[in-house]
Amino acid sequence: MEEILKISQLKVHFPVKGGIWMRPVATCKAVDGVSLELAKGETLGLVGESGCGKSTLARTVVGLNVPTAGEIFLDGQKLGDFRGKLGKENRKRVQMVFQDPAESLNARHTVGQILEEPLVIHQIGDPCRRTARVKELLNLVGLPENAGSRYPFEFSGGQRQRIGIARALALSPEILVLDEPVSALDLSIRSQVLNLLLELKNRLGLTCLFIAHDLSVVRHLSDRIAVMYLGKVIEIASAEELINNPLHAYTRSLIDAIPQPNPQVRGKFSALSGEVPSPINPPPGCAFGYRVGSPSYAKSIGQSLELKEFSPGHFVQECPCCMI
Amino acid sequence: MSLLEVRGLEVAFENEEGDDLVVVDGVDLSLKPGQTLGLVGESGCGKSVSALSLLRLLPQPTGKILNGSILWKGNDLLTMSTDEIRSIRGKEIGMIFQEPMNALNPAHTIGRQVDEVFLTHQGLDREQARVHTLNMLQKVGIPEPSIRANEYPHQLSGGMRQRIVIAIALACEPDLIIADEPTTALDVTIQAQVLQLMSELQEQSGASLLLITHDLGVVAQTCDEVAVMYAGRIVEQAPMRRLFEFPQHAYTKGLLASIPSLTGPVQTELPVIQGMIPALADLNSGCRFASRSPHFHEQEWLEVRAPFVEVEENHWVEDCPACGRLNN
Repeated sequence: MEEILKISQLKVHFPVKGGIWMRPVATCKAVDGVSLELAKGETLGLVGESGCGKSTLARTVVGLNVPTAGEIFLDGQKLGDFRGKLGKENRKRVQMVFQDPAESLNARHTVGQILEEPLVIHQIGDPCRRTARVKELLNLVGLPENAGSRYPFEFSGGQRQRIGIARALALSPEILVLDEPVSALDLSIRSQVLNLLLELKNRLGLTCLFIAHDLSVVRHLSDRIAVMYLGKVIEIASAEELINNPLHAYTRSLIDAIPQPNPQVRGKFSALSGEVPSPINPPPGCAFGYRVGSPSYAKSIGQSLELKEFSPGHFVQECPCCMI
Repeated sequence: MSLLEVRGLEVAFENEEGDDLVVVDGVDLSLKPGQTLGLVGESGCGKSVSALSLLRLLPQPTGKILNGSILWKGNDLLTMSTDEIRSIRGKEIGMIFQEPMNALNPAHTIGRQVDEVFLTHQGLDREQARVHTLNMLQKVGIPEPSIRANEYPHQLSGGMRQRIVIAIALACEPDLIIADEPTTALDVTIQAQVLQLMSELQEQSGASLLLITHDLGVVAQTCDEVAVMYAGRIVEQAPMRRLFEFPQHAYTKGLLASIPSLTGPVQTELPVIQGMIPALADLNSGCRFASRSPHFHEQEWLEVRAPFVEVEENHWVEDCPACGRLNN
């Protein structure tokens, strides 16, 4: 398959400032050496606990964070810092949907203005064509045409997320980065938005990077799933393979921790002990083995923990303490 | 005998124009000793307001209880004096809130906040209280309690903070614990830890639990009995297994069908509930879900409130023609 987005050894580190002069005293390694590839038309799900770096990764892909090291390629061409003429062209091709639609829409702009803004910035069409495009976008996400003259607060959570999706689609991007697009939505609304995303993806042939903490939602939408832990991808496989046959102990625990809405499997969900170590001062060796106090943790210290292909398309971090 | 018996609870909030918006419209609940009751619903359906009303903690002066009775061990909480209800809050009924950072005082050490419960309700002195506190912290799985007790909430992780809130709620071994979305702010792995801790402690003490949540997975894993709330009313109440196996109300069915699962088909359209939750200002008097139901075709169903009927033992449903049992 044709590869459209390639992330190579990406690192995003943030300085942690302290003391009275606010000098950098430590480094927070939010994303620490992630490599991923997305084929055209594919949806890659990215899961992990809060603080594992999945949102940082997403923001870096759309240019909201600057990588510390590593590169991102779009169609084989290196994505720079999104500056200049070329950068602006690239921005058009990668767009993002944010988690909380109430926070990410300008409350003082009408929906029409919100949807038109990307077109204005990129100087696409004349006012008349832009108005037509706004109507087209509203149609696309299932909102009435008169929605354009109303303000975000007049809409419910689900409708606001539709506006957020429409804005991301305004420039006809090839890649859509979705950062927890349904986590803030209510149950009965969530399935409506998931259906919309699925339909748009198929109709427009979008390539999606879908980030969520809910494995069942990610599984529903994704072709492949990558599991992140403390800034690193520890396992990646096709959605079915990952759920049915996880190879890393962390993936297994993530699946087991989900309370299933089925009384037949009651009592089978199990808790994982410990908490995520800090990305400011990560333990040497395998971060997950350290967390659960694995007896063979010591063996992982000093080893290079690389992703290795165990079966076709199924990669897992090779580590002496966490392999199932 | 029921430990808690809520009958016809009606709660309203006054808006800026001075009109009452009824957010809880005739809710009946009853809880037996040792039982876990799940109260499920979407945001704005009145589940949290119902819980706050039980302890008379509604925001003042806008929130008011219009009607109904809340019998706690046979005494009506609504007619009690402030002192009487204070002696019940925290002592006989413990409460766990959703966001532990907001429930804890950022300016006090966690030890002091747990001490307070023992000082207020058991009349212990500071030293005795601290002994009990350390004991309690140990019980909720805080490592090194004597060090942690001198730390402030911001020094702990979300999961640890929620453990502190649980320690405070359970300090006096209450007979009832009200938990309002106790794990919604937590990661799924930490959620599993907290749920397990809660059920362990509940088993030890034999307390009842009123668990408010929007997550049907949590309900299936922890509850004995479930009440489903929609737009201020309970539309269905049943033993947990029956609700999942034999749902009656169109809303319950819609909710159950719309959750993506770990085993179902992928990348296919999920069944959806059409329409959206009605606004509080324009609630109709009849069935509030009817207009979203696939079987809706009589305008008058929106006007007349359907009776709450028992379809099988302990399984009750609001029997609206569009949403009730006739559609099976």
